[in-house]
Amino acid sequence: MIQHLPILQVIIPLLAAPICFILKEARLVRWFVLIANVMAFAISIMLLQQVNLHGTLVYSLGGWEAPIGIEYRIDELNAYLLILVTSISTITLMAAGKSLTKEIPESKITYFYIAYMLCLTGLLGIVATGDAFNVFVFLEVSSLASYTMIAMGNDRRSLWASYQYLIMGTIGATFILIGIGLMYMMTGTLNMNDLAERLPEVEHTKTVFTAFAFFLVGVCLKLALFPLHLWLPNAYAYAPSIATVFLAATATKVAIYVLLRFIFTVYGFEFSFAHLPLTEILVSLGLLGVIAASIVAIYQTNVKRLFAYSSVSQIGYMILGTGIGTKTGLTATMLHLFNHALMKSAIFLALAGVVYRVGSVNIKAFAGLGRQMPWTMAAIVIGGLSLIGVPLTVGFVSKWYLVLALLESNMWPVAVLVLIGSLLAMAYIWRIVEVAYFKPALQNNQSYKEAPLSILIPAWIFVIANIYFGIDTSFTAGISEKTAELLFGGVR
Amino acid sequence: MSFLEQYNYWIVILLMMSGFYIVIAHGNLVKKLMGLTIFQTSVFILYISISKVIGGTAPILDDQYTIYSNPLPHVLILTAIVVGVATTALGLALAVRIKEAYGTVEEDVIQEKDLQQEGSAE
Repeated sequence: MIQHLPILQVIIPLLAAPICFILKEARLVRWFVLIANVMAFAISIMLLQQVNLHGTLVYSLGGWEAPIGIEYRIDELNAYLLILVTSISTITLMAAGKSLTKEIPESKITYFYIAYMLCLTGLLGIVATGDAFNVFVFLEVSSLASYTMIAMGNDRRSLWASYQYLIMGTIGATFILIGIGLMYMMTGTLNMNDLAERLPEVEHTKTVFTAFAFFLVGVCLKLALFPLHLWLPNAYAYAPSIATVFLAATATKVAIYVLLRFIFTVYGFEFSFAHLPLTEILVSLGLLGVIAASIVAIYQTNVKRLFAYSSVSQIGYMILGTGIGTKTGLTATMLHLFNHALMKSAIFLALAGVVYRVGSVNIKAFAGLGRQMPWTMAAIVIGGLSLIGVPLTVGFVSKWYLVLALLESNMWPVAVLVLIGSLLAMAYIWRIVEVAYFKPALQNNQSYKEAPLSILIPAWIFVIANIYFGIDTSFTAGISEKTAELLFGGVR
Repeated sequence: MSFLEQYNYWIVILLMMSGFYIVIAHGNLVKKLMGLTIFQTSVFILYISISKVIGGTAPILDDQYTIYSNPLPHVLILTAIVVGVATTALGLALAVRIKEAYGTVEEDVIQEKDLQQEGSAE
């Protein structure tokens, strides 16, 4: 059983999806999906234990050894990402029952859960696999499922958002496919480890550079790096709240994992940073994203859209950390990956509560909510403080590491701009705080009750995690440093 | 190496660019999807053409032949074709739903209606 863990991680959600179809009844499906998620979470914890005990786990599918067969390869980085994805998806699902009944017609709820499980399968598959082509396939599995989830929103604009995401997502995935094809053309292998060994021999050819460029642009489309982020705000704003929580917290993070895996493990640090001006590209685009997306966020009237733009700027921080190209920078990226998932889950879950009671996420509807829904608004505020990077929250820890890394490599003007980004974050969080706590409730408003407990408790789990990991950084910082070292170590 | 010697790549580039152009330039959602399909198909041709071995036959076990074309890209691209079909199907389904919700499949009309809706909401 233990040696099959890497494949079980992906197979369980994959098989759960068609079983939902057989179960049909929404309440039944809900519990079944939750159980499958808890199992996936348990497996990811066991995987991390195994990795800590035995080092990298290699699983050959169907007993075919690596260069011929497909292998799943789990090291610390993969195990960390698997835990992140499964834990967030499990806690999010606890809130799904109430939230979905409000936002989606009864008859479609089962289909939503099916799409959710397929999306989870895709994300876990991307992380677990050690085969470049498999990454593409799982990427498309997760993307197709997320287009479906987004299209289920109760606003007709969700259809349009989903369509735009489909076009841009498919272009991104096709670019990745071209990149992989060109790599295969030069090396004759698709296995990531083999690629890492064989690429240095041909690394001066134009084909490899072209492959890298296509791959980079494709992945950056998927992770919504600043000028390629256009699909993200609408997709997050008009999707059902639960889908927003899940996608905001995991999908872009997994895309960043793919980027890191290929930059550091497959192509190697030497190729990516010494031969190519990757530092300049990633740092400038990351910085541009941080500043521009934050400014756009300030002017949003739809709060979900506001936080979607804030996601774009936070992705900028992660890319910035990667672009510095030092161990501390990479540690900051890994930390922020984890921390941003916690912040955005807390905020979007609390917003799901607001949608449940108020039915609108327009900023005007927030008037007086600070008194009527104190716990829900407190969750948004604490999540917001974390986005700003106030001490004692996780946001502070990751920003601290990022500024540290920037100062280490003598990029202090960039560090100043990062701090300005935090001020901009303060501006858009303050807008919500002002409306919610200092404006009187609208005259015709009936008073709203607190969000239901089944949404509030998961949201507060994330809020408490935000504070806990902000104070006790030993787990997150420790494992981030470990993975950063692992990525710099290259192939082992 | 003459200009036409690697004509297969020129075909791929031509198809890729025309597909990409259709996606960007056309406002009709169905046409956009067709452009996307052409764009994806060009990549399939890229994969298939790199697997060709000159003088090689189909990869069938037979004592007569010793040189085969590489079967792996063919298998890979079979998967990618399935993915492409799924994407197109989903995209067309979305276009149908958009037609129901907005009464049109033209991009500019949809954006106009969205702007009106946002205006009236405030």
